[in-house]
Amino acid sequence: MRRIVSVLLENESGALSRVVGLFSQRGYNIETLNVAPTEDPTLSRLTLTTIGDDKTIEQITKQLNKLVDVVKLVDLTEGSHLERDLMLVKIRTGAEQREEIKRTVDIFRGQIVDVGPEIYIVQIVGTGDKLDSFISAIGYAEVLEVARSGVAGISRGDKILSV
Amino acid sequence: MEKLSGSEMVVRSLVDEGVEFIFGYPGGAVLHIYDALFKSKSIPHILVRHEQAATHAADGYARATGKPGVVLVTSGPGATNAITGVATAYMDSIPMVVLSGQVATHLIGEDAFQETDMIGVSRPIVKHSFQVRHASDIPITIKKAFHLASTGRPGPVVIDIPKDLTKPDELFEYSYPETVKLRSYFPARRGHMGQIKKAVRLLLGARRPIIYAGGGVILGGASDLLRELAECVNFPVTNTLMGLGSFPASSSQFLGMLGMHGFYEANMAMHNSDVILAIGVRFDDRVTNTVSKFCPGAQIIHIDIDPASISKTVPADLPIVGEVSTILTEMLKQLKEENRKINSIVEKNSLDDWWRQIQIWRKENGLWSDRRYPESEHIMPQQVIECLYRVTHGDAFVTSDVGQHQMFAAQYYRFEKANRWINSGGLGTMGFGLPAAMGVQLAFPDQTVVCVTGEGSIQMNIQELSTCTQYNLPLKIVNLRNNYLGMVRQWQDMQYEGRHAMSTYEDSLPDFTKLVSAYGHLGFEIKELADLEDIMKEAFSMKDKLVFLDISVDPAEHVYPMHVAPNGAMNDMWLSKSKRS
Repeated sequence: MRRIVSVLLENESGALSRVVGLFSQRGYNIETLNVAPTEDPTLSRLTLTTIGDDKTIEQITKQLNKLVDVVKLVDLTEGSHLERDLMLVKIRTGAEQREEIKRTVDIFRGQIVDVGPEIYIVQIVGTGDKLDSFISAIGYAEVLEVARSGVAGISRGDKILSV
Repeated sequence: MEKLSGSEMVVRSLVDEGVEFIFGYPGGAVLHIYDALFKSKSIPHILVRHEQAATHAADGYARATGKPGVVLVTSGPGATNAITGVATAYMDSIPMVVLSGQVATHLIGEDAFQETDMIGVSRPIVKHSFQVRHASDIPITIKKAFHLASTGRPGPVVIDIPKDLTKPDELFEYSYPETVKLRSYFPARRGHMGQIKKAVRLLLGARRPIIYAGGGVILGGASDLLRELAECVNFPVTNTLMGLGSFPASSSQFLGMLGMHGFYEANMAMHNSDVILAIGVRFDDRVTNTVSKFCPGAQIIHIDIDPASISKTVPADLPIVGEVSTILTEMLKQLKEENRKINSIVEKNSLDDWWRQIQIWRKENGLWSDRRYPESEHIMPQQVIECLYRVTHGDAFVTSDVGQHQMFAAQYYRFEKANRWINSGGLGTMGFGLPAAMGVQLAFPDQTVVCVTGEGSIQMNIQELSTCTQYNLPLKIVNLRNNYLGMVRQWQDMQYEGRHAMSTYEDSLPDFTKLVSAYGHLGFEIKELADLEDIMKEAFSMKDKLVFLDISVDPAEHVYPMHVAPNGAMNDMWLSKSKRS
């Protein structure tokens, strides 16, 4: 089962490697990983998606909690939550395809954020599924490059992950 | 406020932390610290002959005293040599603080001379680690390290100190913090009261109960409570390899060690139990045998300070997270209250059938109820440990290396007290025994400290005989010499049709008696059983000399019982070369 785990991490060098190292050391997988500082400069928020059965997920959260650099964590998939992944796609496009691509981008509520003589750069935000669907929807065009942020997530309602 | 240099702060912080010994080895990156240590004359420093031995010695000290062991090594090879000892301590949850030198800050990352990323190398085998960024952070970092190493589930903590931060000419205001608070570290203390009450009810209803107690009882200083609890409910008790000594071997309630080389009665009782009270254990694969076949009829109550130990391999029916001592205290209180209500703790006769069955198992195949090893023209290794037990009146500190001799020591030395049996259980580190014994002897200079070893293990850190000379450590080393890597040979006999691939040394073993005398010690070779007890008594009567007993034992003997693997359950054991349970 797919899980989204969000972690508040001490914003210190080496903290990230402890988290990532834990996963490789114990044979857990990371599907996506996203990490950036929060409004509190001493804390980073790290969100990762992983796949495992309940027993594995329980071990992952327990082992993460044991890391001294992990201040707090939540398994977002335990409750109602929002998840977003941001994707930048560089597409080669001739004049005849431009309209069609524009229409597809609109359908996916994306934006064309850069335009070159033969290049569009498209930005799409959404769940991983939506981004995958966009890539297959423009199968007719030549996708040159894809950059995805990995999933960021947050609980719905008044549930808060903070110190 | 007092002003000190970075290196002086390192030494003063250790003094203020109450450190009794530093085990270490100097080198470029830590020379400032060594100079400060030399000038302060405050803490005795034990110069080992290899950094691995520094960590094992600190580890032995920690296991015997319960206090964190302290190690000081230089950068690069000094740090990497220490790694095996750090991993050993990590696997057995031993409190240790390792100070490693690092190249100067401006050189980090440039592949400088003797540079190793110690934080990176040690990451998977430490409880936590710090690289100091500013000299003024040294006292608080050291305080945090000791706090982390010794609280909760203990473990090793590394502090990496770049050389420039220890410069003697830059001074900083020094004060050692009284306490420390980490916003993300709150080790569990009290167990959940509802869970404890449920556990007590389960225990009182049990008809085939067993207490399975491990190293966590010793680390948590809860041996007396364990004994009180076991006596209160009249349950049988088995110990893990790491838990030996947490329950007195002389008690009629003690079933011996369990697991791969555990006692028949212990493994049988576990397998047939209806309630297991697991205390400070981690259901290690050397205990459980095949997990899916583990104790099919048992409800498991699991007490541990580390939530990650709960249901890691075997699911717990009733987990209680917290300090063993506080939980057992509360359990005892509850049991006594229940006792008043139902008028007898466990109705007097309710365990009679269970104890009758246990006595049958004991009589059938118990290691202590009858001689369970073959007659031989050679001295049998089991006889040596039995003799050692008699000669030392069961009251020595016994360290061991890893292999058959370790299992024989665990089976035949009947430990009465906690912190007396000192071995590398989790990592299984050959070379552990001798340096660990040094740490124990330093902590307890007037006590008998024995290292039970084999000719394979002892050669992995034999250079420490020189350290023993320097500090007059009167260890007694019992070398069970069978001229094979015995445990490897045993597996090759059992699983590889007796092909002894690279498990012997041909004729290249040293004359150990000459070797130890070259280091200034005394050695005796023993070949005849008739000489064993007399020579051993003589050796142990020499209180101020290190004596090495090189004892030639049966080369073909195996350790039994031994779990049948793969796919065996707790009760599937080889009891001898031809007999299965």
